[in-house]
Amino acid sequence: MGKIPLSYLLRRLTITFLTIWFAATLIFIIPRLAPGDPISAMVGDMQNAGSDTENSEAIIQGWRERFGLDEALPVQYIRYLGNLATFDFGYSINAFPTPVMAIILRALPWTLGLLVVAMVLTFLIGNFLGAIMVWSRTPRLIKAIIPLGMVFTSIPSILAALFLLYIFAFVLGWFPDSDAYAVGEITPGLNLEFIGSVLYHGTLPALAIILVSFGYWALGMRGMMITVEGEDYMQLAQAKGLRPFYVLYRYMIRNAILPQITAFAITLGTLVSGQVLVEYVFQYPGMGRVIYENILAQDFPVIQGAAFFLIMLTALAVLFVDLIYPYIDPRISVGSIE
Amino acid sequence: MATVPQIAPNPVPPAPEPVEAVQPKKMGRFNVWDTPWFNTRLLVGVGIITVILFMGVIGPIFWDTDLASERNLEARRLPPVGFTSIRGVEGTWDHPLGTNNFGHDMLAIALVGAPNTFILGFVAASIGMLVGIILGFTSGFMGGLVDDIIRLAADITLTIPALMVLIVLNSVFDRIDLLTMAVIISAFAWPRPTRQIRAQVLSMRESGYVRMARLSGASNIDIMFKEMLPNLIPYLFASFISGATGAILAAVGLETLGLGPQGAITLGGTIYDAYTNLALSGNLWWWWGVPTILLSIMFVGLLLINLGLDEIANPRLRRGKK
Repeated sequence: MGKIPLSYLLRRLTITFLTIWFAATLIFIIPRLAPGDPISAMVGDMQNAGSDTENSEAIIQGWRERFGLDEALPVQYIRYLGNLATFDFGYSINAFPTPVMAIILRALPWTLGLLVVAMVLTFLIGNFLGAIMVWSRTPRLIKAIIPLGMVFTSIPSILAALFLLYIFAFVLGWFPDSDAYAVGEITPGLNLEFIGSVLYHGTLPALAIILVSFGYWALGMRGMMITVEGEDYMQLAQAKGLRPFYVLYRYMIRNAILPQITAFAITLGTLVSGQVLVEYVFQYPGMGRVIYENILAQDFPVIQGAAFFLIMLTALAVLFVDLIYPYIDPRISVGSIE
Repeated sequence: MATVPQIAPNPVPPAPEPVEAVQPKKMGRFNVWDTPWFNTRLLVGVGIITVILFMGVIGPIFWDTDLASERNLEARRLPPVGFTSIRGVEGTWDHPLGTNNFGHDMLAIALVGAPNTFILGFVAASIGMLVGIILGFTSGFMGGLVDDIIRLAADITLTIPALMVLIVLNSVFDRIDLLTMAVIISAFAWPRPTRQIRAQVLSMRESGYVRMARLSGASNIDIMFKEMLPNLIPYLFASFISGATGAILAAVGLETLGLGPQGAITLGGTIYDAYTNLALSGNLWWWWGVPTILLSIMFVGLLLINLGLDEIANPRLRRGKK
């Protein structure tokens, strides 16, 4: 279609590139602001934490060479950026020969799976509820109940996760309290048993994310629906005697939902942060658990690699939404995107 | 909900659907009490936050808050009053909200932790607002390259999930106090107010009264602070509250991951202690429950304030209310 003007494309690409570069630079600078050199500090912390560091001298020397810490900062910086560009985040300290990227790749499918499922469900539920809040035919009782559900939106995901975990896993025992499938009982594979187990284990974490974020979409949808409701074509549709549900779906929701997609860009960062905390509470084997376990283990390369990776994913996802949006919503004209 | 005189957003004739009988309205405008600021949600929200703050202020007079960090091995794992723990121990009035694994008093933790949370949110949001006002006005007024740079910086900062950077930062610097943490978090609290204020400034810049002021020879500073700023007050409040909410959210996230400020008792830090000491499986529900419920109430209060302010700032949202 060639609908995206080159200048817009370039601007979005620049922002995405700058975002990733800025985050990478922050993650480069922060450890170097700490007193002492980062490697000795890491190994020292490990020793304090009582970890097994018999060969700490060798580790320190290996790391200094690996990172070229004896070289000038600019050289280190360029090398660091080069490594990031090839997804080389260095090695874990605790599981020494394991590259950080391997740890990330192990956790990533779980995080992405949970994130995408929860996000799609939240989007559908939130927008549907927001739409029927405005629809004139919605029973009053439902209109009165929805805003109460909205209360959850204000609560951080980690608090909702704690409530759900305690009530449904510990008190009622309906759902498991950790892991993404029955580890040790089922071997992962494409069979019904495994998929069932994954869904069963994913229900509570997904529920926690949905509960705390559907209200955001519902509120936005409500605003859009109110705007759409006042349009002339709504009157025409009603005057034509179209069935109310048809009007709701074809005339109201279809027009109101598209601008909602842009809100993905704003909510994604919050969503990713929230998910990390939810995974930690449910001991879900995604990036959140990786981050939490490595905070405990003081394994900085893993923390920094995982954080950078999540920031990069978020920036790319936002870019994706921004670029496909003009194709989804034909009303968007060239200049009005920004 | 005050009976606000309804200004129809669109002069649309009644739609052919069952229309609810329109009650004749009083001339509300002449009633002093009938201002949009008397908004039920806003008042309830302010009430909730005030009560929690008030308890934090007067609490230490009636309750020994040192109990929050004093180990008391004789009174460990006591449930709140009126409950019996799985060991069959009943709660006592010595520790109305119970005690944790170490014998720390939960009431004292709540009394110390809640104000700490507010202080952090307040400091971070204030800095974010201040920067937002300056950058938003600069951006909206000057336009051109300055505008481009400020917008670019805001877009970049908004895209980055703040918690990730904060995790990296707090994991390296393990001795951060409460105020430093607030300042660090405020580095992510400015883009939203900046963008909101910029958008408002742009829309106001061409309005009649601003043109009038400009024609009358008012300086830019006067136009900004005397003409525009008063109109922005509901927006500023709303954006302050969402800034504080975001800051508290980030702080709670860090604290529950064990990266909270050193030497300060925080609600998130208490949740972390409870979680890592297996309070969930050990059925010490009050240990994580007290901070969790308190934080939830706080967030609901902040949400109500925000919804109320939204209605004040954007009269269209008041539509459909009786």
